[in-house]
Amino acid sequence: MGKEHRPTDTEHGVALPKTPTGIDGLDALTFGGLPTGRPTLLCGSAGCGKTLFGMTFLVNGARRFGESGVFMSFEERAQDLSVNVASLGYDVDALVADGKLVIDHVHIERSEIEHSGEYDLEGLFVRLNHAIDSIGAKRVVLDTIEALFGGLEDTAILRAELRRLFAWLKDKGVTAIITGERGDGQLTRYGIEEYVSDCVLLLDNRVIDQVTTRRLRVVKYRGSAHGTNEYPFLIDEEGVSVLPITSAGLAHPISREAISSGVPGLDAMLGIKGFFRGSSVLLSGLAGTGKSTFGAAFVDSACRRGERCLFFAFEESPDQIVRNMGSVGIDMRAHMDSGLLKFEAARPSLYGFEMHLARMNRDIERFDPAVVVVDPISAFRGPSMEIHATLIRLADICKSKGITAMFTSLSAANEQMTEGERSVSSLMDTWISLSDIEANGERNRVLYLLKSRGMNHSKQLREYRLTNHGVDMVDAYVGPDGVLTGTARVAQEAREREASIVRQQAINRRRRELARKRAAIERDVAERISALEAEESEVAMMLEEDEARERTFTDERERMAQLRGNSA
Amino acid sequence: MSVDSSAEGFADDGAYNLRLYVAGQTPKSLLAIANLKKLCEEHLAGRYRIEVVDLLVTPQLAAGDQIVALPTLIRTLPPPLKRVIGDLSDTEKVLVGLDIRRRDPG
Repeated sequence: MGKEHRPTDTEHGVALPKTPTGIDGLDALTFGGLPTGRPTLLCGSAGCGKTLFGMTFLVNGARRFGESGVFMSFEERAQDLSVNVASLGYDVDALVADGKLVIDHVHIERSEIEHSGEYDLEGLFVRLNHAIDSIGAKRVVLDTIEALFGGLEDTAILRAELRRLFAWLKDKGVTAIITGERGDGQLTRYGIEEYVSDCVLLLDNRVIDQVTTRRLRVVKYRGSAHGTNEYPFLIDEEGVSVLPITSAGLAHPISREAISSGVPGLDAMLGIKGFFRGSSVLLSGLAGTGKSTFGAAFVDSACRRGERCLFFAFEESPDQIVRNMGSVGIDMRAHMDSGLLKFEAARPSLYGFEMHLARMNRDIERFDPAVVVVDPISAFRGPSMEIHATLIRLADICKSKGITAMFTSLSAANEQMTEGERSVSSLMDTWISLSDIEANGERNRVLYLLKSRGMNHSKQLREYRLTNHGVDMVDAYVGPDGVLTGTARVAQEAREREASIVRQQAINRRRRELARKRAAIERDVAERISALEAEESEVAMMLEEDEARERTFTDERERMAQLRGNSA
Repeated sequence: MSVDSSAEGFADDGAYNLRLYVAGQTPKSLLAIANLKKLCEEHLAGRYRIEVVDLLVTPQLAAGDQIVALPTLIRTLPPPLKRVIGDLSDTEKVLVGLDIRRRDPG
């Protein structure tokens, strides 16, 4: 078995020589590639990409590392193979013509073969040896050698021969990938992992909630450190890529530079007049609170500074976003035309999150942006564990590359955090919450900073409006009844004005009343005085009358006395 | 290519054209060759040609005839192509495999 063949090179202080696969990510997580000169077992169930993986190993070897290869196929015919991998952009026929690749299809049909007595697999050895020597191959793929068990009787002989084959491959010094179909309770159907024990890779194609995710795991790698997790990998028109999450450490360099959020009012709320470069920002809010608009404003300001931006859209098509943002005065088309802004749009249900993550990672690697917007992360539905893992990795990838990332997240109306928010909240440096305040028969948008690490930020609730020139922060009204927004704010201000008018009016009324009272009293006094005067004048008149009467009486008596005296 | 033929008439005479692939003069190879000769003499006397191909000498021939296991005996004529693998020690199976004798229903 493998163990006895060669003491591991690391025992002698020499690093195990490795052969790069050229597959993004896989070389990173195996710290260099597959063990040179040793067979590697690649196992997985049907349809998880073993053949493509193997072919990628050979094509990359021939194209990029100057190592020719032999592909021995036990399942697909050579023509079918070259057609199948053409979808990845591999021109296998050209490589074959150039003498860089040999494809040998081993066809065994059990029904056509009669067994009589003992046999060995020397024929296979001869073929393989001939193929290797004919082009000086350094790489070999056997896909899927267990097909022999279906074609030949006497598994005891087969097992012994396979063991011999793997030992022979080692002696031959070729770096081989041997694929195997996943079996029940063991890695391969016929347990050949027993013989190929230097390096074992496991591919998996899991369907959870109707979404498929391809995963790769390095089960063992004798004599080398390796990543032990399951890593998502991707097969698409750009080939095979594995998502390396080797950056899980927290050693990334940080920046003190502040970059604008694109909303002046928001910058003012953040203690350093923006976000820290390379930080992660979570923007959570209800439907229609303008999350995408904030994202677009952020992208807009970054593009204006001449920075590259990558916008991952999971709910809207790029055209739709461009149109909608035009309505708030953000011209994204211009940035797209200048090549600073790139959209990557995909339906969340297109593949599992891990696949999305792998794709996003690749896009980030290729575009090398300074700013990334993911709109929204809440579009990912599934087990919270996975969302958590995915988002942490995404945030990690951005942080490790010094990318300022903004994630939007749709909150549930009942104010509970969504899975996405809960899982990333601790990872986010800045968390901006957008919400609707419903009062007086209308909704108003308010924003507040839940947290913002490393800066003294505003703790106020601030109202904002989405206007045709972007996001407009409004000074919040803070009154005795708390923060008021929208017409409530206006109404409150009106109410206060009214109250003061009313008070003024009351004072005026009292003043008038007083004046009236004074007038009344003055009138009263005047009346009384005039009454008194009237009485006085009456009395004087009476006195006069009386005097007159007295005079008259005296005159009468004198006259009468005159009259009587004269007669007496 | 070493050809060992027991010649009596050539193509289209209904003779069995048999090709035996081996790799070197191993005991298994020698046993297979011996078994084949004996069997042909007993059952196909005068109606066979044997060609022994040593893949150590001509490895390029292995892929063409889809050789995996050794020794492999191929009946190239009459059609269809028939193949038997092993050291041919089980005469019955060889006869069935070469369509010389029908499979025993019993």
